[in-house]
Amino acid sequence: MAVLTYRDALNQALREELIRDDRVFLMGEEVAQYNGAYKVSKGLLDEFGPMRIVDTPITELGFAGVGIGSAMVGLRPIIEFMTWNFALLAIDQVVNSAAKMLYMSGGQFPMPMVFRGPNGSALQLSAQHSQAWESWLAHIPGLKVVTPATPADAKGLLKSAIRDDNPVVFLEGEMLYNTRGEVPDGEYTIPLGKADLKREGDACTIVAHGKMALLAMQVADTLAKEGIAVDVVDLRTVRPMDVETIAISVRKTNRAVVLEEGWEICGVGAQVVDFIQRECFDDLDSPVLRVHQEDVPMPYAKNLEKAAKPDAAKAIAAVKKVMYLA
Amino acid sequence: MTDAIKREPARPAKNPAATAQVAPREEATPASNNGLPPDDQVALRKELLKSMFLQRRFEERCAEAYALGKIGGFCHLYIGQEAISAGTMSLLRPDDYVVTSYRDHGQAIARGMSPRTVMAELFGRQTGCSGGKGGSMHLFDKSLNFLGGHGIVGSHVPLAAGVGWAIKYRGGDQVCVCFFGEAAVNIGAFHEALNMASLWKLPVVFIIENNRYGMGTAISRATANEDVTTRAAAYKMHGESIDAQDVFAVRDAVGRAIQLARTEKTPTLLEMRTYRFMGHSMSDAASGTYRTKEELEENMKRDPILVLREKMHAAGELPEGDLAKIDEEAKVIAQDAWDYADKSPEPPLSELWEDVVVDTTS
Ligand SMILES: Cc1ncc(C[n+]2csc(CCOP(=O)(O)OP(=O)(O)O)c2C)c(N)n1
Ligand SMILES: [Mg+2]
Repeated sequence: MAVLTYRDALNQALREELIRDDRVFLMGEEVAQYNGAYKVSKGLLDEFGPMRIVDTPITELGFAGVGIGSAMVGLRPIIEFMTWNFALLAIDQVVNSAAKMLYMSGGQFPMPMVFRGPNGSALQLSAQHSQAWESWLAHIPGLKVVTPATPADAKGLLKSAIRDDNPVVFLEGEMLYNTRGEVPDGEYTIPLGKADLKREGDACTIVAHGKMALLAMQVADTLAKEGIAVDVVDLRTVRPMDVETIAISVRKTNRAVVLEEGWEICGVGAQVVDFIQRECFDDLDSPVLRVHQEDVPMPYAKNLEKAAKPDAAKAIAAVKKVMYLA
Repeated sequence: MTDAIKREPARPAKNPAATAQVAPREEATPASNNGLPPDDQVALRKELLKSMFLQRRFEERCAEAYALGKIGGFCHLYIGQEAISAGTMSLLRPDDYVVTSYRDHGQAIARGMSPRTVMAELFGRQTGCSGGKGGSMHLFDKSLNFLGGHGIVGSHVPLAAGVGWAIKYRGGDQVCVCFFGEAAVNIGAFHEALNMASLWKLPVVFIIENNRYGMGTAISRATANEDVTTRAAAYKMHGESIDAQDVFAVRDAVGRAIQLARTEKTPTLLEMRTYRFMGHSMSDAASGTYRTKEELEENMKRDPILVLREKMHAAGELPEGDLAKIDEEAKVIAQDAWDYADKSPEPPLSELWEDVVVDTTS
């Protein structure tokens, strides 16, 4: 196994799937000549040419629709948004066209396509460029929503997303591209809809996804030094959600904290809590707590930004609270 | 209905410098320097040169501050394009409106925003024009009718039409000027806004700053019809293309557009042909990836500051000492802005929760 960055793992997945299936193409802003705004598509133009690695004008609504139309007649597009903040301009196509096409057509038109790009906050990008969109997208029946945390997951999940015959929203962590990890060579897929137990313990369950799964692991390691061993359930796929893995863990630990990058109200964590109270009502020793971005737009100033984001201290405090240690 | 618009200074208690340093603005003139007595023409040229020097020296310090980590996030410099802001703002009245994109430092300063509060905003300090909450891409100053600093390409173009609508609604004779890059002309919101502005006869001047690149993409690779002024014809709107490295060409065209907006209540689409001398943002090299060093150097020969300076030299209007003095003044103001920002406090943590919603009901 090679040690790769998250960026290179995604690049490898793209490359392998482009080789495997000539119906697959990548389209988006700066993906070809510039090698991608975040260099995820580096080298692909040279290898696959301009019909398969396609630069677009700044027209998110338009090229998302182009992808959908091409998928209706047999292609398998990967639509890259430079960031998910700009995908908002295309949300009509993602929600009203892609997500519902199969249903509206009584099963005639599946949408074998991927919408992907960086999601979540970065550093000091302020209110319009620092947002986590998974709860919005996970709300929509017809979509699958994937949020890889590690390079290996990024590769395995992207390959599965490209092969899936449904529209898959693939949310990459904007801050994760430079993170490193071991990645299996060649054919490696991870089924969508399966969570991953990334740390094991019996004191409490931390449920997280995407960048927050890394934070959860970091918190688990810190708590381990205090003799508190926690389960970390990385959802990996937010929709469909792997309720069974969450429930198995909570039945063991009897406590849970849900960690996410997005806002509190109607967030992914709210859904996790709902599943837990239905599946594990009699197993719980304390209320489930949530850690998330503060309920404000992301501020620019460094100190305010830091205060707005979920962090290790907030997560540790929540774990200790559900354990009645604080 | 009245067109008397009550304007209050933005965050008056927090940044008194914003209003304290506002320079008195010149009243609108129908054309660039025509009709002005010769002495005033020279004075005007000096003012324009000063404005461009200030923008330039200020932004050079921004690049330095960014390298030192005092400014973070995205930071898009305007260097090379200053004639557009200097020329346009010199024609606006205080009660006119400005809406722009994320490449907004030069326009904010040319509009009269205090370099101190702009730098403080870039440093993320409490004394910044948006209290440190917006940063480089989101400069706002209500007291100057400077309506931001917007980060999503093209999304602010309809806002300008909305301002035009409000002017018309109240029967006023102000105009709204809207700046955006040439890559924004492919966005749906741009087209929707132009259609409404023309259909409803709204007093808006739409200014395309065509610096030939949208990030790393040359206009020819993204836009089927590179003659972007044809988009005016599509909406039955007056359109012009201007050599925007010449501040007087800018003033001529903007002057006509403002006149049309004030008197006829009709919008105009102006293409300002320019070039950005720096990378798209701080993480992008000025040349070497999508444009050559030669191309950059060729275009830097038509630096808007040089163009005006040479004209003034040729006319004997700018003795050597004057130029050095103007430059020195700009550097001093930029240094003062830096010092002010550097000394200013971070916003208090309680600010995190302020300004999410207002508590009033009208
Ligand atoms: C809708 C949207 N898509 C993508 C981006 C990312 N982006 C920021 S600036 C930019 C290029 C815009 O070019 P142009 O309109 O020519 O303005 P310039 O930066 O040259 O001033 C891009 C692609 C964005 N901010 N908004
Ligand atoms: Mg441009």
